[in-house]
Amino acid sequence: MTSLSLGGYMSNQKYEPVIGLEMHVELNTKSKMFCRCSADYFGREPNTHTCPICLGLPGALPYINKVAIEDCIKIGLALNCTVSEKSLFERKNYFYPDLPKGYQISQYRWPLCVNGWIEVDDGDGNKRKIRINRVHQEEDTGKLTHSGGVTLIDFNRSGVPLVEIVTEPDFHDVDTVRNYAKKLQRLFRYLGVSNADMERGDMRLEANVSVRPVGQKELPGYRVELKNINSFRFMVAAIEYEIKRQIKELEEGWTLKQETRGWDEDKKSTYLQRSKEEAHDYRYFPEPDLPEIRMKSDEIGKIRKSLPELSWDKQNRFIEEYGVKKSDAEILTELTELAEFFEVTVEHGKKHGVDAKAVANYIVNKKPNISVVLPTQIIEELKGKKVGVIENMGELGELADEVISENPAMVGVYKKGKVTVIQVLIGAIMRKTGGKVNPNKIREILKEKLR
Amino acid sequence: MKLTRDQVKHVARLADLPLTDEEEEKYSQTISKILDYVEQLNQVDTSDVEPTFNVTGQNNVFREDTTDACLSQEEVLSNAPKKKNDMFETKGVFEKE
Ligand SMILES: [Zn+2]
Repeated sequence: MTSLSLGGYMSNQKYEPVIGLEMHVELNTKSKMFCRCSADYFGREPNTHTCPICLGLPGALPYINKVAIEDCIKIGLALNCTVSEKSLFERKNYFYPDLPKGYQISQYRWPLCVNGWIEVDDGDGNKRKIRINRVHQEEDTGKLTHSGGVTLIDFNRSGVPLVEIVTEPDFHDVDTVRNYAKKLQRLFRYLGVSNADMERGDMRLEANVSVRPVGQKELPGYRVELKNINSFRFMVAAIEYEIKRQIKELEEGWTLKQETRGWDEDKKSTYLQRSKEEAHDYRYFPEPDLPEIRMKSDEIGKIRKSLPELSWDKQNRFIEEYGVKKSDAEILTELTELAEFFEVTVEHGKKHGVDAKAVANYIVNKKPNISVVLPTQIIEELKGKKVGVIENMGELGELADEVISENPAMVGVYKKGKVTVIQVLIGAIMRKTGGKVNPNKIREILKEKLR
Repeated sequence: MKLTRDQVKHVARLADLPLTDEEEEKYSQTISKILDYVEQLNQVDTSDVEPTFNVTGQNNVFREDTTDACLSQEEVLSNAPKKKNDMFETKGVFEKE
């Protein structure tokens, strides 16, 4: 994390950051967006997952992957978007070595999903409503490696389906940004549409950052785009730095300009990549090789019905239905598998008088390996705890006296020197108490009494 | 419609074409002529016509999410002017725009 503190600039509360986010998430479909190459490219030999379509060879025609479109709509619906009746792909034209066609097939004027929202906690736990401008479908580019003054290109990733989610500039602090990213990551995993691994680049974030005087309602007349920052951690650091830098510039009487900045991890600062004068002109136009997409309400309804219970709904249900703490509910719903394990255990616990809160506590604190431990084992353990292990020395002594008087033959054998028979006496006590005795403790007591 | 030298420069930059001063001057004239020619289309009144982006009249042409064989790495790289470590090699670009 950056060592720079916001210091006086933040504590005087004169400025409010205004942040909008663009997130790209790579879908985990079997095949690519517009061709039948396998989209499972990660860690594979370079240039082994390509064909004329994703290499942009002349004459190759794209062919839309239906599942990718459905996945994009699922994300849109989960984010309360309207699914467009009519949707079109367009060509976004620019030159870069990772883009073999000279354009990216993306969406611009007719995105698949528009006008959604999501509630996100800020740093103080208050709910913030973040408006979603659009959720659209596009394709990924190839991967570049820079080495020894040259750039090497691997096109395995070229054409892998990518969904872009654009928010309105509704973020005013970094915590909300962080929580938003986490919330979406969980959503993608619940929907099963992406592995959402930030380290592997499944999720990439771009931010538009500006600041305005507190109380001002209009958006600032500039914005700084933070781009090509491939680690989520660095993005957060870059946003924090940018807020501080911009406030400082304004305080010193400078006018801030529209520009694109990157992150220098060594210097822990952002640096200018491109100013507005050299801004891109993508010359979008409708992709003539792809017919338009028409979504009928019954088809949208079908996709809506196929959505699983979403992470935040599950979280709320756990709080309401089981009385679980909010922080516990958050942990329990991190993965669908864990949430399911919790619910099965709770169901089993009901039959044995173990309540849901105890189960939640156990799972959150002990973090059992759910692929090994059975829900019944957890309930057994909790039942033991609930009735309580016998710790009282007087009570333990009485138990020892009891089994000694009930087993005179064993006691005789023991006294003749065959000390291992003490196990039999311990076993008898365990049976009497239903296992609620610490065997080592009772052994010492028995030894003492048999001396 | 007269295209200015600056507009020619801009279009050339977008197309990644290096132009000499003479070429810039030359193209500002020739491209202007082409634009004039195309301009004739504006004589037709299209105010009641929806823009046509696609002539097939089809929609929702999808394929199932199934995979097929890819080209071999050897084939893919066979036309590369330069290659290294099974990748295409190009002049260094260090800052993604
Ligand atoms: Zn392909």
